[in-house]
Amino acid sequence: MQKSFIAQNPSVLWFLASLGLFTLIVTILSEATGVGLISTSFVKTLGKVLCLCLIAIAMDVIWGYCGILSLGHFAFFGIGGYAVGMWLMYERTENIVLQSLAERSIPPTPDEVTEAIATQIFGVVGSSEFPAIWAFSHSLTLQLFMVILVPGILALVFGWLAFRSRVAGVYLSILTQAMTLALSLYLFQNASGLRGNNGLSGLQNIPGYEAVPQSVISIAFFWASAMALALGYVLFARVLTGKMGSVIRAIRDDEARVRFLGYHVESYKLFVFTLTAVVSGIAGALYYPQAGIINPAEIAPIASIYLAVWVAIGGRGRLYGAVIGTAFVSLLSSWFTGGGAPNVNLSFYTIQWTEWWLVLLGVSFVAVTLFFPGGIGALFDRFKKERS
Amino acid sequence: MMRILLLVLASLCLPFLAHADSLQPILQDHQKVIAKPSRKTVAPALEALVASGLPSIPEFLQTWQDKGVYTRKSDGFFFYGSKSDGAIQFIDIDTGAALTNVDEKAFKQIKPNGGVRKAIAAALVPFGLSDPNLNRRRDAVQAIAQNMTAAQLPQLRASIDGETDPALRARKVQLSNYLAARFDQNPLDRIAAINAMARDLSVEGRAVLSQILETELVVSETLPSTNVAKRLAVGTDLSSEEAYALLVTHQGLPAQLRPNDIRLALEAHIENAQVGGVPIHNLNETEKRLNAYDRLAENNLVPPRITDTDITTALQTYGLYQVYIEPNAEITEAAKAAQTSVQTRVGVNQFFDLSLDAISLASIYFLAAVGLAITFGVMGVINMAHGEFIMMGAYTGYVVQQIVPDYTIALMIAFPLAFFVTFGAGVAMERLVIRWLYNRPLETLLATFGVSIALQQLAKNIFGTQARPLTSPAWLDGAWIINDVVQISYIRIAIFVLALLFLGLLLFILNKTRLGLEVRAVTQNPRMAASMGINPDRIKMMTFGLGSGIAGIAGVAIGLFAKVTSEMGSDYIVQSFMTVVVGGVGNVWGTLAGAVMIGTFQKGVEWLNPSNTLAAQTYMILFIILFIQFRPKGIIALKGRAAGD
Amino acid sequence: MSTLLELSGVSVSFDGFKAINNLAFQIGEPEMRAIIGPNGAGKTTFMDIITGKTKPDEGRVIWGEKNINLIGKSESHIAREGIGRKFQKPTVFEAQTVRENLAMALKNPRGPFDVLFYKKSANGAARIEALAEQINLTEQLPRIAGELSHGQKQWLEIGMLLAQDPRLLLVDEPAAGMSPFEREKTTEILVEAAKTRAVVVVEHDMEFVRRLNCKVTVLHEGSVLAEGSLDHVTQNPEVIDVYLGR
Repeated sequence: MQKSFIAQNPSVLWFLASLGLFTLIVTILSEATGVGLISTSFVKTLGKVLCLCLIAIAMDVIWGYCGILSLGHFAFFGIGGYAVGMWLMYERTENIVLQSLAERSIPPTPDEVTEAIATQIFGVVGSSEFPAIWAFSHSLTLQLFMVILVPGILALVFGWLAFRSRVAGVYLSILTQAMTLALSLYLFQNASGLRGNNGLSGLQNIPGYEAVPQSVISIAFFWASAMALALGYVLFARVLTGKMGSVIRAIRDDEARVRFLGYHVESYKLFVFTLTAVVSGIAGALYYPQAGIINPAEIAPIASIYLAVWVAIGGRGRLYGAVIGTAFVSLLSSWFTGGGAPNVNLSFYTIQWTEWWLVLLGVSFVAVTLFFPGGIGALFDRFKKERS
Repeated sequence: MMRILLLVLASLCLPFLAHADSLQPILQDHQKVIAKPSRKTVAPALEALVASGLPSIPEFLQTWQDKGVYTRKSDGFFFYGSKSDGAIQFIDIDTGAALTNVDEKAFKQIKPNGGVRKAIAAALVPFGLSDPNLNRRRDAVQAIAQNMTAAQLPQLRASIDGETDPALRARKVQLSNYLAARFDQNPLDRIAAINAMARDLSVEGRAVLSQILETELVVSETLPSTNVAKRLAVGTDLSSEEAYALLVTHQGLPAQLRPNDIRLALEAHIENAQVGGVPIHNLNETEKRLNAYDRLAENNLVPPRITDTDITTALQTYGLYQVYIEPNAEITEAAKAAQTSVQTRVGVNQFFDLSLDAISLASIYFLAAVGLAITFGVMGVINMAHGEFIMMGAYTGYVVQQIVPDYTIALMIAFPLAFFVTFGAGVAMERLVIRWLYNRPLETLLATFGVSIALQQLAKNIFGTQARPLTSPAWLDGAWIINDVVQISYIRIAIFVLALLFLGLLLFILNKTRLGLEVRAVTQNPRMAASMGINPDRIKMMTFGLGSGIAGIAGVAIGLFAKVTSEMGSDYIVQSFMTVVVGGVGNVWGTLAGAVMIGTFQKGVEWLNPSNTLAAQTYMILFIILFIQFRPKGIIALKGRAAGD
Repeated sequence: MSTLLELSGVSVSFDGFKAINNLAFQIGEPEMRAIIGPNGAGKTTFMDIITGKTKPDEGRVIWGEKNINLIGKSESHIAREGIGRKFQKPTVFEAQTVRENLAMALKNPRGPFDVLFYKKSANGAARIEALAEQINLTEQLPRIAGELSHGQKQWLEIGMLLAQDPRLLLVDEPAAGMSPFEREKTTEILVEAAKTRAVVVVEHDMEFVRRLNCKVTVLHEGSVLAEGSLDHVTQNPEVIDVYLGR
């Protein structure tokens, strides 16, 4: 009698099918197959957008479904990026260092190798020693573990503290924003051990695959991002189905009432907060190798607010809405800011979109909040209703 | 140097021993040095000049320093030259008679370099101390302060009695005390002078004390019989490696080899792909490298390695002592006591200074946040564009300054104008956006954020990305200096006064006016207020306008000491929210408490780690997150049923 | 009939205003009890204290056979102990269906992972059907709760309470805004419920209280003014004084 949850959510199948089709088309048209209609850099952009979609659905779950407007999920995203970036940077530098040390007449000792790598990596912040947090950077497995563990633990601790003392609503938003600011300020310091404002760079070079052209690597990451998005979508759809989804939405609508039903609301919030944080970390871990560089400015509170903007424009409380909103706004944004949009000549003034795009975004965001609280997703609902 | 001093002394005591009464012969004795002076060679010439005791010496030295001395190429004689109407008038140094019919090309101007001019200035000091010209005397005193020597003491003392300017006289007394503390012949007088400095907070005085307490490092097997400050303890004062490195430099012990030295040594002794019998490919471990090196050492190919045992033995044999350069222990004792007392005073004053800083920071946070507190408290509306209103106020000030040239008047116009501009912007935003979103606080947060990014970009498009200056009027420049440790700039005082003013004004508006009564009524129970004939719409609009208007005024104030950029708002927005949240919502006193707490905490952390303001901010935020755990509703919380739901 | 809940010496004040003042209260199982009192008598605060929403300044709240102290326990813990509460304003989850509302309230393990891996069972479905029958909402099960009438929402909330299978039901003004038919039905549901458990009804409407036909406690200024049958307390001169004003 138990219907599978996918049968209960036909939209999941639709989503997976469209995502698969999209991935396939992009792959065929990319430079990797020789067709080259889509440039490698645009494949990377699309791959990054998929990662942003992944964090956006996480944001949708915590905000659209659970009613917690977290302005801190980009911090988890950044942590994921840093965790993977540390390995990428260590491993690549190690290869370079080993090559240069091999030219010496005496083979290098492990200490010499470590010191040379540290000098290479931390020279920019005037240090030649590995900080303690780089202890596991030599191991991809451990660093991947960190991608999940660090955002998870941070979310668990922060969430436990915040939810326990019943911080909610805008207070919680401000508090998460503060957490993000604290993290980004911390990372800006050279003493953070993560190269201060230089951040980690050269992440697009995957150690061990130096010979593989970027066109192929970009497709590999594009696939990985699509896969992660698909898995994340299914995971969240599963969480939001049935009784769990019921309770989560009930918390959004009337937290106190759920408490009097005997549910320990804090645990549920903590569960959702931590789960979405971990997914955000994974999204970041896939994003930054495609971006090539990560620095503390990426984590600044404003990024998390943009995330909220994407989800709001796409439509809260619908997973596909978050995906559509993110893809739409971030691609539009790179089109406008990249100078792709033609300038508008008003005879007395020329509107340059590189300058005016943010004004347009801000105003349209206000308009969406005021007039289309359902966002783009609501249009789909209307369409669905008309058909039935 | 000592020799000059002695000669200066001699010149003062025995002015009539001079061997001639005209200057030119003495100058000719040192012709080459004076014509082409260098810092290293000029000393004997200066000594000789000063020793001559001629009354024309100061004038010559001054002119020489000012590049007014020329030498005649034909015979090397010196003349003063002064430029007038493009021609140079040459004057005989001794007679003061002007030369006529001379070819300028026959003379060469002497241009002493900076080092030489300094040396000349030092030689001029004793003359300058009693110069009739006040500025000359000041310069001379300043020269002493910059470079104190023993010889200056009697000169300075001698000049005190004749000093007419009271301020300079006090300064001379102070300086002569410093000189006495360092150079007086009589140890008892020195101690007295040192004791008198126990209450002196000036940087100069502190420098004098630390100069008296200067030490040098002495390596010795036994306790030196000199004035020992302390024996350095290996392990606590410095690591054994550092200690050994000192032994290497001071005692000539062989240096410890660094891994790189060993590698280079090994590389130098490769034979048949082996080093000391160890195959090269095995040398990829530190241990094996050391073994190979030791084998080389056994064959006397390289000096033996310094082992840890060697270091321990060496450190047991030799002691590292810090020895006072001053031999008299009583003097160093007194200086030490004085220094301790000064340091305590400095500490107390630094605390006071820090408190002033904290208050000033708190005033800024208060100004930036109180508008937010009103809108948040009364209307439950989070205004993310509040920071942009601050920016708008600052730019208003900037524009006014572009139009009105007088900075004081510009400021008088800018404050009310900024208020009205942001008041208008706030009312417009309330009418157009926020009104439709009451009871949906999270959406208000987002919509106002949309306004914030649009405004920020708009400002960027209009004013460009570079920072615009907002210049404060001259009477606000400078600082109120209480003593050498405690000082506060006038701008910060002005902002403090402004904050106090607004605190008073807001308390007045909220507690004593009809508007305030209605605002409080709407805050506590909007439905009841509406039924009593209060128009909540109007009240909310006015409140929002008021909150935004204060942001504009804060913007002008902040612009006076920080750069005006399109992003300045976002620098303050999170701190402002923190202030409101920590203080407790909907209460002016709460905001004040929050601002004071955050200001104090941030300055406190900065004091513990002064080099790192980023760390201070990080810790402040962590502290706030923890603070919210214990007082989720802020310092001053509304209690009871009204607060919760 | 054994004592289920006992409050003694409970006081709480908000900014100096004593909302509850040295209150003593006892209820057994099964029992129906009505609480009446003028505005500001502390009825809602009384419920807040029992359900853990408000922490009293002093006093004891003792629950069940094991004499558990409820003070300091979280709302959800107290709810799981078996105390259900219905609010004055009907609070159901309007965005969800009636069935989902009831399913959430069903007595089952409440931990996040229990809920995440919860499997729907025939047993649970049958319970929901039975409850729907009891509260007259069988037809409405697949409907969104927000579309129900005011009275139906009240019933749904009572249904959710019953689904929790509590030992003590706290009901705040259940009859407010109901049609006469709906009132009758509500009385029926409550009386039926009181046969197996303790039910506390806070009500203004004397007619409704009379129909419940149970012991009445009169609250005034945060403490118990009188207790007994409705006829008994309405003849108490102090009670008359309080209700008619001085």
